[in-house]
Amino acid sequence: MCLAVPGRVLDIEDRDGTRMATVDFGGVVKEVCLEYLPDLRVGEYAIVHVGFALQRLDEESARQTLELFAELGLLQEEFGDPWETAASAAGADPAEEVHNR
Amino acid sequence: MKYIDEFQDPELARRLLDDIHATVTRPWALMEVCGGQTHSIIRHGIDQLLPPEVELIHGPGCPVCVTPLEVIDKALEIASRPGVIFCSFGDMLRVPGTGRDLFQVRGEGGDVRVVYSPLDALRIARQNPDREVVFFGIGFETTAPPNAMTVHQARKLGIQNFSMLVSHVRVPPAIEAIMSSPSCRVQGFLAAGHVCSVMGVEEYPELAERFRVPIVVTGFEPLDILEGVRRAVRQLERGEHTVDNAYARAVRPEGNPAARAMLEDVFEVTDRPWRGIGVIPDSGWRLSPKYRDHDAEHRFSVGGIRTEEPAECRSGEVLQGLLKPHECEAFGTLCTPRTPLGATMVSSEGACAAYYLYRRLDVPAAAAREASPVV
Ligand code: SF4
Repeated sequence: MCLAVPGRVLDIEDRDGTRMATVDFGGVVKEVCLEYLPDLRVGEYAIVHVGFALQRLDEESARQTLELFAELGLLQEEFGDPWETAASAAGADPAEEVHNR
Repeated sequence: MKYIDEFQDPELARRLLDDIHATVTRPWALMEVCGGQTHSIIRHGIDQLLPPEVELIHGPGCPVCVTPLEVIDKALEIASRPGVIFCSFGDMLRVPGTGRDLFQVRGEGGDVRVVYSPLDALRIARQNPDREVVFFGIGFETTAPPNAMTVHQARKLGIQNFSMLVSHVRVPPAIEAIMSSPSCRVQGFLAAGHVCSVMGVEEYPELAERFRVPIVVTGFEPLDILEGVRRAVRQLERGEHTVDNAYARAVRPEGNPAARAMLEDVFEVTDRPWRGIGVIPDSGWRLSPKYRDHDAEHRFSVGGIRTEEPAECRSGEVLQGLLKPHECEAFGTLCTPRTPLGATMVSSEGACAAYYLYRRLDVPAAAAREASPVV
């Protein structure tokens, strides 16, 4: 859970007085809070942890990290369905889990 | 060197390793603080590529692993109450409390939800004004600012039905506790990069000086770790002990000032027990009095829950680097990722789980036959 993933800002808007952005993580798009990096601009990269941009990153290192994470399956781990992950770790059948929901 | 081809830049990896091999003249023990680094080290076999003189000790840097059993039991109690929606990061679902985990509470009818961000939990609270929404706020200095901002927003927007069960931990007091232990073997630290992205490096020079250990701020990718090790070994061989930043692309000396200011406002420093280790003075954050209305521990009166840890799990020794996971009697037999006895076997950042997933050869043969395949 300590994983922080680099992402690229697609657009920025103000919501309830909070600066929020849409951020692209190598194909997965998430809402991200920019309150800790208020001067981050569209097109720039930042390290994002649990929905918050924490530090700027240059494009080159961001791309390299994203490539590596994708290769290692870490993006799936971070953004995939946690119930499925937990269910398979627990030995339960994820399909059954979904069925019971 | 079986793994080196898998590195993103094998040529650079080779150069870093050659440099380490050429520099080292005697045994050194380094501790990587962060569980993300432990995971990376075991997954890529970095410890096996290093010269035999360089030992990596896996530190207590997995927040899931060090969250005390007592806090898990409080979470389970709150999550079981009718009318509560209990929100958590996915990693906490299977951490064993006394007798059960959040996954089971959900099976018994508890409304347990997994969120990607604490802000998701706040949104759920706004959508369900007639329910109590509780977020499980754990983690190191990296996760604390997002959680702090969420509580701050709840207060600002007047969202009364939102509260947080807070069990945050801080890295520098843990380094101090490890170095102060009489059985300590650590001679240098790889400090956790993303913790320093937030906090900067100002807390570390005093520790490096007092304990005469190099502290190298290090990232998580295999090449980052090799570079961190290289710089630490170089300092040790020269008899130096300074703070060095090997992760400058993501760490500024001052960290993130806006995040640090928010932490100051929302949290206050407190003593905190670490699972398997015990109480470390000043090693945690709790909500400051200004935010106590949003403190789940007060709201649900679970402050009195006290729990003993199971004796057969030796995760305390693992977390302090006194024992390697496979040296634990229960490893791979009684204790597997499907039947974890301790939290270090639950999270993929925990040392026991990392050894189990990537070092299956170390599992005793009988145990390997019995244990069903995981991943
Ligand atoms: S192998 Fe299991 S029982 Fe042994 S220390 Fe690790 S988590 Fe605890």
